[in-house]
Amino acid sequence: MTTLIKNATIINFNETKKANILIEGETIADITTDEPKADIIIDASGKLVMPGLIDMHVHFRDPGLEYKDDINSGSESAVAGGVTTCLPMANTNPINDNAVITRDMIAKAKARGLIDLLPIGAITKSMGGNKVVEMGDMINAGAVAFSDDGLPVASSDVMRYALEYSKHFGSFVINHSQDCSLCRGGHMNEGRVSAILGIKGMPREQEEIMVSRDLLLAKLTGGHIHIAHVSSEWSLKLIKQARDEGINVTCEVTPHHFTYTEDELMNYDTNFKMSPPLRTKSDVTAVREAIANGLVDVIVTDHAPHHDDEKFIEFDKAPFGILGLQTLIPLTLNLVRDGLISYEKMVELTSTNAAKMLNLKNKGVIAKGMLADLVIVDPDMEYVYDKNLNKSKSSNSPLIGKTLKGAAVKTIKSGKVVFDFPNVVA
Amino acid sequence: MSYTKKDLITTSNLTKDEIFHFLNLAKEFKTLNNSDVKKAKSLYGKTTVNAFFENSTRTRTSFEIAAKRLGADAINFSSSQSSTKKGETLIDTINNIVAMKTDIVVVRHYSSGAAKFVAANTDAHVVNAGDGLNEHPSQALLDLFTILEHRGNLENLTVAIIGDIFHSRVARSNIYAMQTLGIKVKLFGPPMMLTGMEAFGCRICKSMQEALEDTDVIIMLRIQLERQDDEVAFPSVREYSNFFGLTRAKMKFAKDNVMILHPGPINRGVEINSDVADDPRYTHILNQVENGVAVRMAILHTLISNKQG
Repeated sequence: MTTLIKNATIINFNETKKANILIEGETIADITTDEPKADIIIDASGKLVMPGLIDMHVHFRDPGLEYKDDINSGSESAVAGGVTTCLPMANTNPINDNAVITRDMIAKAKARGLIDLLPIGAITKSMGGNKVVEMGDMINAGAVAFSDDGLPVASSDVMRYALEYSKHFGSFVINHSQDCSLCRGGHMNEGRVSAILGIKGMPREQEEIMVSRDLLLAKLTGGHIHIAHVSSEWSLKLIKQARDEGINVTCEVTPHHFTYTEDELMNYDTNFKMSPPLRTKSDVTAVREAIANGLVDVIVTDHAPHHDDEKFIEFDKAPFGILGLQTLIPLTLNLVRDGLISYEKMVELTSTNAAKMLNLKNKGVIAKGMLADLVIVDPDMEYVYDKNLNKSKSSNSPLIGKTLKGAAVKTIKSGKVVFDFPNVVA
Repeated sequence: MSYTKKDLITTSNLTKDEIFHFLNLAKEFKTLNNSDVKKAKSLYGKTTVNAFFENSTRTRTSFEIAAKRLGADAINFSSSQSSTKKGETLIDTINNIVAMKTDIVVVRHYSSGAAKFVAANTDAHVVNAGDGLNEHPSQALLDLFTILEHRGNLENLTVAIIGDIFHSRVARSNIYAMQTLGIKVKLFGPPMMLTGMEAFGCRICKSMQEALEDTDVIIMLRIQLERQDDEVAFPSVREYSNFFGLTRAKMKFAKDNVMILHPGPINRGVEINSDVADDPRYTHILNQVENGVAVRMAILHTLISNKQG
């Protein structure tokens, strides 16, 4: 089976060019200005063709909490958002802290066949914060990194060992940076809005303290620390200093943290409740500047489905987290529209850098011989992100019902079309 | 101008005219309450439910008396008897109450924003009787009514709110309403009870002396120990009393005609000493309790009038 994507504006991290893409089987057979014969012809005139997006931070709630989302619905949400590779976090039930669960998750994703699922294993057994998992076994089973995301690893000693051990296997550790002793039972950022609402807050220093510690432990061990969902101005300053000093640190940000401030919470909308919480305008500005100036390595969604009933509740009882996969492209395109980044940089942040970090040599770039994981993006299409478009079992996004601009109109995974935006010809 | 909204959830969106609407109406109901037959008919045939998900004695009783004096059937519901103990959600519990043709639901809840959430998702009129740390609008209105009654006007006033401001819904509702009326509000308390309070634009005092000097009304707040489960408690009640409690000795900084209010219940010897709390020259605490019924009658009457209008 051959597919030709013609009239493509190909966006790679280092160049933009107009050409045709010939796909044979699972791989890109040629990038050409010729028009070779093919079984399937896709006309991408006026659209952008990017490498399939790689989302290094999702929650698929499978196994155990499949009523929120499962690997099947998560895969469908992913490809509807142009994402062809997902790294699900380990806070499933049971927790992904062993090779058996890792293998099972991968097998389920393969059976559905929409995405590549690369599990992130827990750092500690049962995410209990005490005993490091069998990282070697889990890597052999397909795990690519380790995180107790949702919970920080409080013990510096355990974190040190996790960094050293993961380094031995050529992997890395992702920490949910939070010093819980500074939480005060908080449900949002501590500051002006929390004071007005009468909601207990979490100061940003709670994140910054843990970032500081982990950077120092990375210095001590030479291990690779990846700082998840950075939300504060000072965290970014600390990361920059560490990187300038040669510490092995990478970091990620989410679209909600570069789009929204804590002001969104003034109506107690639980769909804006997330961890780390939305912070202030200066933090959002800092995150955006860090994206623009190259400090941020990857944009991730932290896709965190929660059932409608769990969010339709008093604010302080509602769980943290919002959907993200299907709003990744429109929110990231806003950075391009605002002049902060180019399309090439968008590709770097949403695909190329992740492929490099994960050592995925056949992904992240549109080139001859690479895996044909591609997304055709219409950056100008306006549409209402409604419950019909939403592929998740949950609908905990503040953007449900809102008009968005820019979408994946066709997603191709290993040479096969796995998503078509309804009623759009690409 | 009368108040025309479906619910009363916050004082932050009340206009000056709306505040005075409630205060003027409360004055009429207070006259009624002081007559031999304490009964009106504006809620005759109506049902009010006091849905209290948090313990309360005076507020619940006050709303109950208010509703009954207006002729309503007033039902009390407390969380200790409620379906929420069986896992039912707040909104399902409320909708079941409303399905029984309830006209007004008076909600007290331990979560900030709960009253707003309920109001947005039910057709019944909702009165916020205190939601978490957020607001307690009827308390603010009765405080204003008590001040107005005693002083004759609310012009050129300075009010000091002293104590556990962060955990106080009374403070927030008072700050909003008082600022709308042009009243200067000063705040004072231990630092851990003032977190983020600069957000309200009030003067933050550094000492009891600063709080008391040139102040017309002192509102002493109770330490909300029950709201500090997850927090590092302040060092001691004894020390709190020394530095932040109102004593006879500290009253030397206050004006001779200063009014002292307290939303109750009082922790005698902690935030306020008995010799001050019971001094008839200053204290208006029992006036507040009395006025609370009249103010709540004004609120219930207004919401039902809106429905009929």
